[in-house]
Amino acid sequence: MGSLSFLYFGTVIVLTAILVVALRKPVSSVIALLVMFFHIAGLFVTLHAEFLAAVQIIVYAGAILVLYLFVVMLLNVKEDDSYQQQFRLGMGLGLLALAEVVYIVSAAGLPEAPVREPAAPAAIVGNTETVGRALYTTYLFPFEVASLILLVAMIGAILMAKKGIMGPEPKETE
Amino acid sequence: MTPLSSYMILSAIVFVIGVVGVLIRRNIIMILLSIELMLNATNINFVAFSYYLDNIAGQVFVFFALTVAAAEVAVGLAIIIALYRGKATIAAEELNLMKW
Repeated sequence: MGSLSFLYFGTVIVLTAILVVALRKPVSSVIALLVMFFHIAGLFVTLHAEFLAAVQIIVYAGAILVLYLFVVMLLNVKEDDSYQQQFRLGMGLGLLALAEVVYIVSAAGLPEAPVREPAAPAAIVGNTETVGRALYTTYLFPFEVASLILLVAMIGAILMAKKGIMGPEPKETE
Repeated sequence: MTPLSSYMILSAIVFVIGVVGVLIRRNIIMILLSIELMLNATNINFVAFSYYLDNIAGQVFVFFALTVAAAEVAVGLAIIIALYRGKATIAAEELNLMKW
């Protein structure tokens, strides 16, 4: 059962990831990425990270992808979305890295990783509570730093998308 | 049960696809999407290790990766909009002012 769901989620994740990179139109790529995010959330559920699965859907699929779609449609670029000239080089590098993974798996035969039995104690406390406890006690300072990063990103995004702040601009017709 | 190595292989494959995407696409938005692919590949790794080692730190770290991804998207898309306004193109090879 566990490996069957992994097989399904893994297959769909890999296929949609290839689609994201290969599809010509940015909108189609974003939709493929949406499907991939949902399946990654499913994978998180099978790994007993239910809270992260919800956050994955809310933040990635709900906020980040909508932002992407927004920009793709806002710019409405009318140019061919073909591949770079270094297409062969990129594919070669990718195949090389993939061959490396296959070689490591087949040659070293990966030491049998700790195969965990379904956890009983974690299920009693609940995933959200566990994450919350860790986040607000042990990782309180990194948490605050993360909020600072978000603040800086917000200010930076507003500054950069604003007109006339990046040096003198040519006269705009408005 | 699925062994931990399966998750690592899946994550590696998705990461490699992301790297290839960064290398072969011309559209800057597509390059940012490929970076999202890579970030998600690392997230899969973190959650899998968090489960198999029974340590919640992996899931907390995914949180921070998510924060950085959100910040990266906001700033990156703002840069793309500013670029498009100035140059009327978002093809990666035409933006070579700082290349050489």
